[in-house]
Amino acid sequence: MATGSVEVIYRGVFQKTLAKNICREIVFAARKRGKVGIAFARYSDSPERNGIPAKQFAVVADTDDEMEDYLARYEPGNNDATIVCDDTLCKGIESWGWSGVQPIHNLLKANGTLLVTSTRSPNSLIRDIHRKGTPYALAIVKGPASFSGMWVYRDDHTDARLLGALAKVAPNVLTLDSLIASLNASKKNDAKVASAQRAYDALASTPVDANQGSEAVPIKFELPPISRMEECLVVRGEAVRQEMPGWQGGYRPGRNPVFKKFATRTMRPVIDFETCTKCSFCWLQCPDSVFDVTPDGYFDADMEACCGCGICKEVCPVEQCIAMVGEEAFTDNRSQWEAWSKDKRGYAEWLAEVRRAEITRSHGLHHVGQYAEEIAAEETRK
Amino acid sequence: MSIAEAGTRADAKRIVAKRAETEALVSGSEAVAHAIRLADVDVITAYPIRPYDTVMQFVSKLIADGEFDCDFIVAESEHSQFEVVKHASAVGARVFAGSSGVGWFYAFEAITVTAGLRLPMVAMVGNRALDDPGAFGTEHNDALAVRDLGWLMCWVDTAQEALDTTLIAYRVAEDPRVFLPCAISCDGAFLTHSQAIVKLPSQAMVDSFLPRYDRGDKRLHPDNPVTIAPQVNEDWLMELRRQNDLAARRARGVLIEAYADFNDKFGRGGEPFIERYMMDDAEVALVGMGTLALPVRVAVRKMRAEGKKVGFVRVRWFRPFPTPEIQEALAGVRAVGVIDRDYAFGSPLNGGVLVNEIRAALYPAQSRPKVVSFIAGLGGREISADNVQEMTKTLLDAARGVGVQDRDSHWFGVRE
Repeated sequence: MATGSVEVIYRGVFQKTLAKNICREIVFAARKRGKVGIAFARYSDSPERNGIPAKQFAVVADTDDEMEDYLARYEPGNNDATIVCDDTLCKGIESWGWSGVQPIHNLLKANGTLLVTSTRSPNSLIRDIHRKGTPYALAIVKGPASFSGMWVYRDDHTDARLLGALAKVAPNVLTLDSLIASLNASKKNDAKVASAQRAYDALASTPVDANQGSEAVPIKFELPPISRMEECLVVRGEAVRQEMPGWQGGYRPGRNPVFKKFATRTMRPVIDFETCTKCSFCWLQCPDSVFDVTPDGYFDADMEACCGCGICKEVCPVEQCIAMVGEEAFTDNRSQWEAWSKDKRGYAEWLAEVRRAEITRSHGLHHVGQYAEEIAAEETRK
Repeated sequence: MSIAEAGTRADAKRIVAKRAETEALVSGSEAVAHAIRLADVDVITAYPIRPYDTVMQFVSKLIADGEFDCDFIVAESEHSQFEVVKHASAVGARVFAGSSGVGWFYAFEAITVTAGLRLPMVAMVGNRALDDPGAFGTEHNDALAVRDLGWLMCWVDTAQEALDTTLIAYRVAEDPRVFLPCAISCDGAFLTHSQAIVKLPSQAMVDSFLPRYDRGDKRLHPDNPVTIAPQVNEDWLMELRRQNDLAARRARGVLIEAYADFNDKFGRGGEPFIERYMMDDAEVALVGMGTLALPVRVAVRKMRAEGKKVGFVRVRWFRPFPTPEIQEALAGVRAVGVIDRDYAFGSPLNGGVLVNEIRAALYPAQSRPKVVSFIAGLGGREISADNVQEMTKTLLDAARGVGVQDRDSHWFGVRE
């Protein structure tokens, strides 16, 4: 009796094909060594919305009956490895509205491997990852997150590198020999095989202790019993015009307190209040009503509600008032306006620092030809 | 060996090669799309709603990759989507459409007239909970809503069965003895989004099984002046309804023929109406439809290992309802536990749709088993093998006359 499974966590739409290719290759490789395999997407938000944390799985077993036994559940727990296709997911993911933010390694077995594509150091990632409570290994496949679109796939060998690395850390799921045989059969691409082999050879793992990692407590929503669920599908919102702690005045729109979706965010708006003209465009145009009106008439983006689409930046008429900054620059969801109000000089220094991580990726606004433009811009940068 | 003999051998080899099947790793939806390609469907209409949309994504990929050619029309709503293929079917085109949940309901007017006009549309329903609340998980009430209209209806369990059943559906629906539309139900997520290795038959194999759609002299065409669907009243309608009833009855025999031929040509397909799992000496039986078969089979294997005589009947075809098969399979057992992945509020004994059909089918039987009703797995909530074992415990108690006596339905897994 032997089954093994891998979970692939990725950014919806942008990395759907990447995740699918990884899971399919695991199944093909399993068949090369006489095992049965199955691949499936966790049905959280399909067709996926831009950037939403999403999951696919590959399960490998010796026999069909073993596979059935294993699959008689919703999603595999105790995965041998969890592959993370974008390191900003390490802060936790919330792909089901009522399940709260879950640690990235929620379904990883003790002593399993968390395999992340990243250009960051292990310690910097561990800072963002919740404490697991059991030891595990962190392995990094060097490289930026590979993002593409719904209908295009950037074939930059991220799939081959992750598979090569997986073969090293979870040989019960995928062996290097079977991977190479499968890549040769399906892709007929020597360069891809070489990428897999190099990733296999170069991979180093960092052991992570049970108590290492972020002390942030994962958000848990209670699933209420039927006796305490309100009838008629009513979910109570936060009161409109709620006085915020420490604020004299201001306006906060009513928000649903349970459906947080900030795990979708790979970047967040950072606001330079010194240059803000209070034009209100960001407040009007934000599709998620993320902006609170501050007592002095500024607009403060609530990071518990923002999904990082970048529309506020697009509509802001002031050059450099709003910048979209990669999530790795932040460790919490604190109010920027409060920080600025308390210490304007300190805020200016912080602003200059985090803006170095400014990125141009857009989650919300896509236009025809954008992908081609991005590729061209990348070429120019090189 | 003479040259003539060598030629014959080579021909034979070629024929074998033409009849060979290839393997592909595809989801349930993609398996249906492959069947659509193999059936050489002429007109397809799409409108997005999850989870069925995965079939249209793959159909458009097959077209873009040059592997398949058809008129692929993206409609502006489900209503138009089903209207367009309804008309295409009337002029003699083989057609395909599909939807999920409330999308299927938005097309309801077109759906009901398609059966009324005896047009053999084949549609995939990616079973999804009905709004509200917005939920995407599987529930069977969307497809079940058409159960009284003349649609042929089936539920499949695996991607392979989805492909095979789609081919069978065209053959039965387009048979002039039937001429009725057919809805193939695939459980959202569990089937539409799971990839498994599927055998793809060759075109030659499919062509030998599935004849072209021929509407004969009923085809709407300028050279064949006919009126379809005029206004009629009570002086016509009763006879028209009875014609539909007779066609629905004839579908049973045509299905049996089609499965026999499919088994013969493809070496798989199984029994037409129901799947019997470990039923031979079963004292109690579980009954259900769709992908819940997987945890049920696992649980039945476990319980058999413990010496419990439990079996499982999976209802594959819901319309025509397999009354004789259900009577034959279940009348001998002591208790039947029906797992409904649907609801029927205010229905007899507050049961689901399936349990009331099963109960009705068993009523004329000589020895009627106790029927226990479970409502479970709504909105795609997991039904685990452990859950099934718990349900079976209730069932075994009922068989012994302890516990359940009131026959009212059990909502399984509700947070109390």
